Formats: sequence, structure tokens, C-alpha cells
Amino acid sequence: MKHLKLLFGLCLAVIISAFTLNNTSGPGLDIGDSAPDFNLKDVNGNMVSMASYENAKGFIVIFTCNTCPYSIAYEDRIIALDKKYKGKGYPVIAVNPNDPAAQPGDSFALMQERAKEKGFTFPYLLDVGQEVYPKYGATRTPHVFLLNKEAGDLKVKYIGAIDNNSKDASKVTEKFTENAVDALLAGKTVEKTSTRAIGCSIKVVK
Amino acid sequence: MKKLIIILCAFLLVNCKAEKKEAIQQKATISKVKVPEIKVLDFNQFENYIYQNSDKTYVVNFWATWCKPCVDELPAFEKLNTRYQDKNVEVLLVSLDFSNQLETKVIPFIQKNKIQSEVMILDDSDQNTWIPKVSETWSGAIPATLIYNSNSREFYEQSFTYEELETALNKSINTLK
Repeated sequence: MKHLKLLFGLCLAVIISAFTLNNTSGPGLDIGDSAPDFNLKDVNGNMVSMASYENAKGFIVIFTCNTCPYSIAYEDRIIALDKKYKGKGYPVIAVNPNDPAAQPGDSFALMQERAKEKGFTFPYLLDVGQEVYPKYGATRTPHVFLLNKEAGDLKVKYIGAIDNNSKDASKVTEKFTENAVDALLAGKTVEKTSTRAIGCSIKVVK
Repeated sequence: MKKLIIILCAFLLVNCKAEKKEAIQQKATISKVKVPEIKVLDFNQFENYIYQNSDKTYVVNFWATWCKPCVDELPAFEKLNTRYQDKNVEVLLVSLDFSNQLETKVIPFIQKNKIQSEVMILDDSDQNTWIPKVSETWSGAIPATLIYNSNSREFYEQSFTYEELETALNKSINTLK
């Protein structure tokens, strides 16, 4: 009986997904799209855009913030990603998409404080005016967009989570983002191009 | 075969954890009066709650104590629960708080806010696998709400006001008529 129920549920899920699958693409970037550059202020006051990184092969753009428990849980892993891949041509660029008016803990001053406390090795930018995250289609923090430079364009190669265990780094069994960057470095195609994870919604003033 | 054993072990471990939590929960019930009963489930254990086959309409809200927009919209779900509980509607509040914060965060929150709807914790780290099983359209951001019955299944990755929530619920209820 349980199997029958499960089967029914599965059928239902398939039928529903057939009708709603288009929504997953939604607004924002899909795999293979060209990602737009940005010009945003870093916590140390410099304006940062991807065009200024002449030698980069691509970028690990991560929408993240100070206040989301999942973002906090990933801070050390984001630093590790940057340390591991910056030298190989794929630096991390972190962007805080939240409006500080809606989430005071994500103000520019508190971003500066957090970056200093944790010793961020990567630029930590504020999406002032919240124009960048909708173009990317980021919906939560943390949310990774892996970009690869191809003929002057920044092609989206992976969208999703950093790995498969947000709660406990020691229990991770699949490093989604690392696997994707490793594939690019090896000249292979990325196998898993998108993943999902629980995260905090992006804070907007209503 | 090895894989099977690993899966079995993992399942047993998860079960032990859940039982331990229940034991703690029971102890708390004895020492304090009226501590809410909260299940801690992995996705396998939880899945039945999003595929219940009855004449009811189920409103399943995914939230967490640390999620401000979730906390802000909880009163709307509570109001819905009160107004519709004798109209064949069931509200379920699924917390995505880490289960080790059950006693420190979730139970105090429920007591302080006098939450009446049923609350459970879904604690399953393999999110990339289970999120699409809840809804193919869910990116993983919360708050998020699933409203379903035997004729319809709608998923909303958004915040609700009471009016919006009631409209969404009635849209689902109307499919039963």
C-alpha cells in the first residue's frame, strides 16, 4: 500500500513538474548564458568589476551576506574556495544582495567589520540598489554562480550550492562547486550544473 | 552491497538520533508543563506529510526561527489555522532549524509565540535531493509554502500576508468543489 502511495505521489510529482518546469528557469541566468559584469564597492572602498581581472580564467561569484545562518556556516568554506582557486585563475567574488534597510545587519559598515573579523581573502561587495542579483537570478544566500571566460564572454557553468552539507563541513560528501571548477580546469564539461540548497531569501524593502 | 549497508547504517543512525530527541522531549514534558510535541524528521520520514491522501487541504509552510520574513508571516498561518481548522484544512509548520537547536531555539519560540499549528523539524542535510521532491520550482529559499489537496498542488516561494494566503488557500479548496 505504501508503495502504491509512493508511486501515486511520484506520478503526481512528474505530472506537476511537467507543467511547472518552465518556472525553474525564471528570470535571471541559465547555464550557458553570458553573465553581465558589475561595478560594485568592495568593503575596502575599491570599486570592483570582473573586467579588471585580466588574468582570471573565470570567477566564483557567491551571493552571500552577514546575517544568514547558512552564509555564516559557509564563511570558512568560501575563504577556502578562494584560497584554493584564486591562484588557478578562478577567484571568489562575494556579493551581498540584501538591502540594509530591510536587514540592518547587512549594512556596509557591518560587512566591513565581518570581512575584517573573518579575514576574507576575496572582495566582499554590496549590491547597492539591488540591480545585480536579479540579473543573475539569485534567490537566496549563499548562492553560487560559476563563470568561465570564453572568447571575451563570461559563460555560466554552474549555479547552486557550495557542497551537500551546509550544517557540517566535516560531513560533506560532494563538493559541487569545487567539482565544477576542477572540471573547467581539466578542460572537461561540468557534470552537475545546478544544485539546490536551503538558504535565506534575499531581503528587499516592501 | 556495501552501499546498501552504508545506507542502512545511516538510516539507523538517523533513527537513533530521532529517538534520542524524542526522549529528551518527553523528559521536558514531565519537568515543565505543556511543552509542545515536536517531531524531528529526515526527508524519508517527512515525505508522507506532503503526500497525504484525504479530503483535506494541507498548508505546509517551510520556515525557521532565524528567518525574519518567515517569523513575520507566521501570524498569518496561525490565523488561517484557527479560522479554517473546522473547514477541512490542516496547517503544518515545518521548521528548517538545525535539530540541535530544538530545545534552545524552537521550543522557546513556540512557547513565547503560543504557536497552535502543528510544528515539526525537517533535518536532512541532503537538500539537493529533497528540495526538488517538495517542488521542482523551489530554489531552496525560505519562506516557502506548499498548498495541496487531492486535486491540486501549488508551491509558493514567497512571503504571504493573511489575505494573500487565504486567497491561495481558497484557490486550492475550490478545486475540490
